Amino acid sequence: MSKNINVALIGNPNTGKTSVFNQLTGLNQKVGNYPGITVEKKEGICKLPRGTKAHILDLPGTYSLNTTSADESVVAEILMDNTNKDYPDVAVVVCDVENLKRNLLLFTQIKDLQIPTILVINMSDRMSRKGITLDIPLMEEKLNTKVALVSTRKKEGIERLKELIHNYKELSDEPSIDCRIIEPTYFSHLEKLFPDYEAYKLWLLVTQDVNFSPLTKKDPSEFDNLKSKSKADLKRLQHKETVLRYQFINGTLKESYKIDFRNAKGPRADLDKILTHKIWGYVIFIAILMLIFQAIYEWSGYPMDLIDESFAAMAEWTSNNLPPGILTDLLAEGIIAGIGGVVIFIPQIAFLFLFMALLEESGYMSRVVFLMDRVMRPFGLTGKSVVPLMSGTACAIPAVMAARTIDSWKERLITILVVPFTTCSARLPVYLILIALVIPEGAVLGFSYQALTLMSLYLIGFAASVLSAMVLNKFLKIKGKSIFMVEMPVYRWPLFKNVLYTVVEKTKSFVLGAGKIILAISIVLWFLGSYGFTKEFYNAEEIVTNRIEEEGFTPFTKTFIAKNLNSEESGEGEAIDLNFDLKSTRQLIKDENEDLYNTAVEQEIASFQLENSFIGYAGKAIEPIVAPLGYDWKIGIGVITSFAAREVFVGTLATIYSVGSDEEETIKNRMAAEVRPSGKPVFNLATGISLMLFYAFAMQCMSTLAIVKRETNSWKWPAYQLISMSIIAYLMALVAYQTLK
Amino acid sequence: MSITVATLKKGQKGVIKDFTDNDLPIKLLELGCLPGNTVELVQRAPLNDPIYINVNGSHIAIRTDLAQKIELDLIEADHQQ
Ligand SMILES: Nc1nc2c(ncn2[C@@H]2O[C@H](COP(=O)(O)OP(=O)(O)OP(=O)(O)O)[C@@H](O)[C@H]2O)c(=O)[nH]1
Ligand SMILES: [Mg+2]
Repeated sequence: MSKNINVALIGNPNTGKTSVFNQLTGLNQKVGNYPGITVEKKEGICKLPRGTKAHILDLPGTYSLNTTSADESVVAEILMDNTNKDYPDVAVVVCDVENLKRNLLLFTQIKDLQIPTILVINMSDRMSRKGITLDIPLMEEKLNTKVALVSTRKKEGIERLKELIHNYKELSDEPSIDCRIIEPTYFSHLEKLFPDYEAYKLWLLVTQDVNFSPLTKKDPSEFDNLKSKSKADLKRLQHKETVLRYQFINGTLKESYKIDFRNAKGPRADLDKILTHKIWGYVIFIAILMLIFQAIYEWSGYPMDLIDESFAAMAEWTSNNLPPGILTDLLAEGIIAGIGGVVIFIPQIAFLFLFMALLEESGYMSRVVFLMDRVMRPFGLTGKSVVPLMSGTACAIPAVMAARTIDSWKERLITILVVPFTTCSARLPVYLILIALVIPEGAVLGFSYQALTLMSLYLIGFAASVLSAMVLNKFLKIKGKSIFMVEMPVYRWPLFKNVLYTVVEKTKSFVLGAGKIILAISIVLWFLGSYGFTKEFYNAEEIVTNRIEEEGFTPFTKTFIAKNLNSEESGEGEAIDLNFDLKSTRQLIKDENEDLYNTAVEQEIASFQLENSFIGYAGKAIEPIVAPLGYDWKIGIGVITSFAAREVFVGTLATIYSVGSDEEETIKNRMAAEVRPSGKPVFNLATGISLMLFYAFAMQCMSTLAIVKRETNSWKWPAYQLISMSIIAYLMALVAYQTLK
Repeated sequence: MSITVATLKKGQKGVIKDFTDNDLPIKLLELGCLPGNTVELVQRAPLNDPIYINVNGSHIAIRTDLAQKIELDLIEADHQQ
């Protein structure tokens, strides 16, 4: 069997490379109407005619091989090195029919590397609206290649493309322009030194660090003696090269590409007038953000209640209907409770992803970049940092990667470092449950306090990121010019399929990713909470029964009993005085309501056992550290386990609390019922705010640390993030609790 | 004062004449910002920075510092369109 044909999809940003990739491979990589959706290479297999197969590589968009940012250099790195395993047998250059002239620049460069090259002209469905007509045969002749006219939206031209790939051996690998004419004497000098290299490749090697690109050089010393020209000279020659290329392109398109402007229409100009307007632009941007909040907070309430209740019911059913034993306990108290803690947030997370996808697909994101550039600059950021910061509200991991489109290393590094402050979807579970517990209902000016609190938390996250950016900007001593250049794509109707796919895919991976960690952690927690090593743990029943005889119930149980008696006797009637006489009431209850009494005793035994279990010991050990923040040992455990990922917090508490109680209840009710030794609820305003602030600032996500390590290529930056953010979080929580308590 | 992309008014057009600085990022040229091509100012952000231009069919946003380096010959508005 012959080896697969290596195909690389190359092209300017936002021309539809990933859409072509998805069509060829049947995969579903993320597509979006923002230059820089794809920031790393993706691979797939495509079946070609007559049983051959192609290995397809989707690459980040680049304007040219003279790269200036990290995502672009991926392409140059692969094409410059013919020992690279991804080095293509054939390059497929994808162009947007509306921007053909500019898109062809890259095509001429690729062709000059003498790689067989196919030209794909994508978005052919837009031609008639724009009044564009093409003469493909003429174009093929002028460019000395094969052209496929494709529309991935209409699924047209893909078969022809496959055919062309299959027959790639027939393509010419003649360069499109002879780059030696840029400066003949210099080039003949180069070629004498390195006879094995193509002229254009040599030229790229010589000029690459003129563009302060982070391209890694294979053999630096070898090329050092080529630096016979100054940077300014090289730059001048690059300008000359660009002019030459455009001359060639203009010559090619003159006869073969026609636009009839009378037929050209589109909403771009009108929409841009409003959406990028000095005042209206910002008003609309803020309105959109508010709408997103409203959706996340209000609209998703109903499905969430439903999920919460069904998980409680499921746990109850499990413990009632499965044979009693350790496994049932583990399932009901550990796994179902823990997973339920995450699943409940699906509606909100889905909404968040939906809005992000819509903003990206419509082309609006670039307008935000334009509007925000000046605003972000004093903080050492650029308009392009807004995209990572906004997509950071979904998840910090893609956000950190999205920073690759930022040209200047300093701005990019700062963006990466501050992105984890933005309120990601994993914080939502924590915030929402705490808000529901400690923030009163009620509204001011039509906005509920609870929604306002959530909004403030987002603002705090955003403020934290820009302020720390400002500090970093002062102290980081990294030089590098910042060039800001963003393309404004045309507005497009979001493709329903793409949006839906993104939402489903992202939500799924959130739930599965978090689910795996939570599953593991809740099993471990359940185990640690259900076993102990002290005699207190094993003699719990005796100790607790004695204690109840002598001292009566604990405040927690008293509240529990009072609540039950209240609801039995008078429905929602007045509360029983909690300071009732312990002994006589005990007797009373014991005589009158044996069931309730027994449940109460069991509950005390369980929680006494929990306190003396492995996890109780661990929790007690860290209690001194978290006590000043207003947390008891159970919350402490939650904080520790959520170092893996924030959303684990809720799952952890759900597991701990259900191990310590006999009732299967919703997480929220369980948390509301927790009391301190003094009888006051654990989750009061001070503790709640302190916890929310802690989560607002803490760097609690191992995956983010890992991705920052990868993107910055050193452990220094993630370590810095972890330490500084944890300190800030601790201090903020401390101040909040101590002032509010 | 000479006319540059930065001094264009909204809706005004000009033809690129020259660059005041040889150190212009190559990327800008590659996007089609070359002598002889037409530039139209589409929109300015508050404080006049950045600006949103249409050069040779490419719609891009650049900062004023860069725009100042691109010299233009104004095209008087023709009322045919
Ligand atoms: N009208 C139309 N739109 C298309 C077509 N192909 C892709 N698009 C849209 O063009 C936009 C960009 O598509 P992508 O496939 O993400 O482009 P890309 O080249 O991979 O972009 P980057 O990864 O950002 O460089 C998306 O909004 C697509 O829906 C097409 O044939 N017709
Ligand atoms: Mg892509």
